[in-house]
Amino acid sequence: MMVRIPLVNAYPGEPCRVVQIQGGRGLIRRLYALGIREGKVIRKLTTQFMRGPVVLDIGGAQVAIGFGMASKIIVEVDR
Amino acid sequence: MRILLMGSPNVGKSVIFTRLTGVNVITSNYPGTTVEYTKGTMRYRGERVEVVDAPGTYSLDPTSRAEEVAVAMVEEADLIINVADATNLERSLNLTLDLIRIGKPLIIALNLWDEAKHKGVKIDVKQLEELLGVPCIPTCAITGEGIKELVSRLDEACPSEFTYQDKWETIGQIVSQVQQVTHRHHTVWERLADASVRPFTGIPIALIVLYLSFRLIRFIGEGLIGLIFDPLFEHLWAPLMLKLSALLGGSGLLHGILIGELIDGNIEFMESMGLLTTGLYVPFAAVLPYIFAFYLILSLLEDSGYLPRLAVLVDTFMHRLGLHGLGIIPMLLGLGCNVPGSLSTRILETRRERFIAATIMAIAVPCMAQIAMIAGLVGKYGAKGLGTVFGTLFIIWVGLGILLNRILKGESPEIFVDIPPYRPPYMKTVAKKIWMRVKWFLKEAVPFVLLGVFIVNVLYTLGIIQIMGKLAAPIVTGLFGLPQETVGALLIGFLRKDVAVGMLVPLGLTLRQLIIASVILAIYFPCVATFTTLAKELGLKDMLKSVAIMITLTIIVGTLLNLVLPR
Ligand SMILES: Nc1nc2c(ncn2[C@@H]2O[C@H](COP(=O)(O)OP(=O)(O)OP(=O)(O)O)[C@@H](O)[C@H]2O)c(=O)[nH]1
Ligand SMILES: [Mg+2]
Repeated sequence: MMVRIPLVNAYPGEPCRVVQIQGGRGLIRRLYALGIREGKVIRKLTTQFMRGPVVLDIGGAQVAIGFGMASKIIVEVDR
Repeated sequence: MRILLMGSPNVGKSVIFTRLTGVNVITSNYPGTTVEYTKGTMRYRGERVEVVDAPGTYSLDPTSRAEEVAVAMVEEADLIINVADATNLERSLNLTLDLIRIGKPLIIALNLWDEAKHKGVKIDVKQLEELLGVPCIPTCAITGEGIKELVSRLDEACPSEFTYQDKWETIGQIVSQVQQVTHRHHTVWERLADASVRPFTGIPIALIVLYLSFRLIRFIGEGLIGLIFDPLFEHLWAPLMLKLSALLGGSGLLHGILIGELIDGNIEFMESMGLLTTGLYVPFAAVLPYIFAFYLILSLLEDSGYLPRLAVLVDTFMHRLGLHGLGIIPMLLGLGCNVPGSLSTRILETRRERFIAATIMAIAVPCMAQIAMIAGLVGKYGAKGLGTVFGTLFIIWVGLGILLNRILKGESPEIFVDIPPYRPPYMKTVAKKIWMRVKWFLKEAVPFVLLGVFIVNVLYTLGIIQIMGKLAAPIVTGLFGLPQETVGALLIGFLRKDVAVGMLVPLGLTLRQLIIASVILAIYFPCVATFTTLAKELGLKDMLKSVAIMITLTIIVGTLLNLVLPR
């Protein structure tokens, strides 16, 4: 079953399809520039302790973004 | 005519720039290496044209000072070489489409072509060229493949007639038309890459890396001094200087300036204070070996791609200081020299972050020249000496960061960083980089060291240090418990910290006095080179704020240390 969750709640390595970015224009533009946008399948690799940054895999490239940003990315996963 | 190199961070613009112009610039495997533009020239159509290397930017809407510098260069460019990342065409096209709308002659270098091949990424270059209507050339900057073709096809650069409505839809279409990805297996490097950002494995790895770096720097630095530089000065240079001393009659003005004072009829390189004795020994024998060792290790860390991973690991901690993880990069560069450290604060997004980073670095991050001298001064006391000095500086660094984060309005943004793949450092690149930095030290620092030693002589001869000593006695002696003569070192510290630390040697200070004096010298004010850089970066108002913090902190820390350290 497909469910929608914030990216930070995804399991490490699980394929996640981005469905929505709940942020302002600035955030959306920056995320887009790194290849994070609606429809893309990305994976969360790790999260650091205490709401630290989240490391993502986007088509083989790695990117680290803050926990807050990652909470605003809503993804669809198959659970 | 001016040619501009534009591209996302860390795609190889600076390597291409060096290939085109022969001008060496620093290149490293992390986004944000270049924070200032550099100009060079190359031959094109039989004439000299200007080529500009700019910082990397993901789009034409800048999000940091470094990106602003890049975007500001576009206006004045006559031709743009868009350096794209062949391993990540999709992301690169974002900037490419922006540049197409600018309407200037454009040519695209598909760099990192070798890595794209390894990754199983195939790009149909012909088709991409046809689609965009500008020349596209695969390049591998590091080996130079494709650079000749890039140069020979500059003539074909033209404004693109490509038009689009929805940018991301267009990018998606282009990528699906020209790119094919075949899958392949994970390499050992990639497994290591993952382990070094997972907290359970990453934090131990970081501790090991930092500990090894520290040990290696000390081992190499001390080894070079003990085995090469000290013997050279003691056995070859000292006898020569003694001859010169005799020739000059053993005393007098010229003798004082060139040789300085003989101690028990001998030359003491740390104490004599002549231009040819202490003036040469400090930069070449005491400091240079450590500078070399530090930059060797730093270059390896930079080129491997470890630094952005370290930034991710320390992010949570750095947020307490009002910075995000990338704030560690100006600090590491600052350990080499505070000048590049100050410039590198440009990779941070907000003014608030840049102020905090610059202030805590200028105060609590001593440069390698100073560290080397402090190591020479208190190293023999082991952890009781070195540990106390650097431990105190670390506490100040953390404490001041926390304090500034509390009192300054606003919040610091979250980390947002592209993590490059690990790459084996190329020995040639590393060697070139060390040489550039050592050369910079020789050119920018050595004259100041000599000037410093010269001024010491003048100040002593004119009796100025003695007068200043009396004036400053209430603070220096009263609060800090240091002898009046320490004022001489504090005066010279405005010019060069290494010479200033050296001036403590002949004063015969006790360990606690050495510790207090070393800490005070590190924090009270930046050297003139750092000060001018900071004033430019921060603006006068913020610089004055920063200076006010330095002075207040010096009084508090000096007094506290004097109270706390055992007598
Ligand atoms: N394998 C490979 N590595 C490359 C190539 N071009 C550059 N590199 C490496 O990529 C890293 C980044 O190169 P730089 O020239 O510093 O990149 P830049 O675009 O100037 O980066 P910023 O100044 O941070 O924007 C360095 O470690 C280079 O050695 C290439 O074609 N192939
Ligand atoms: Mg560069």
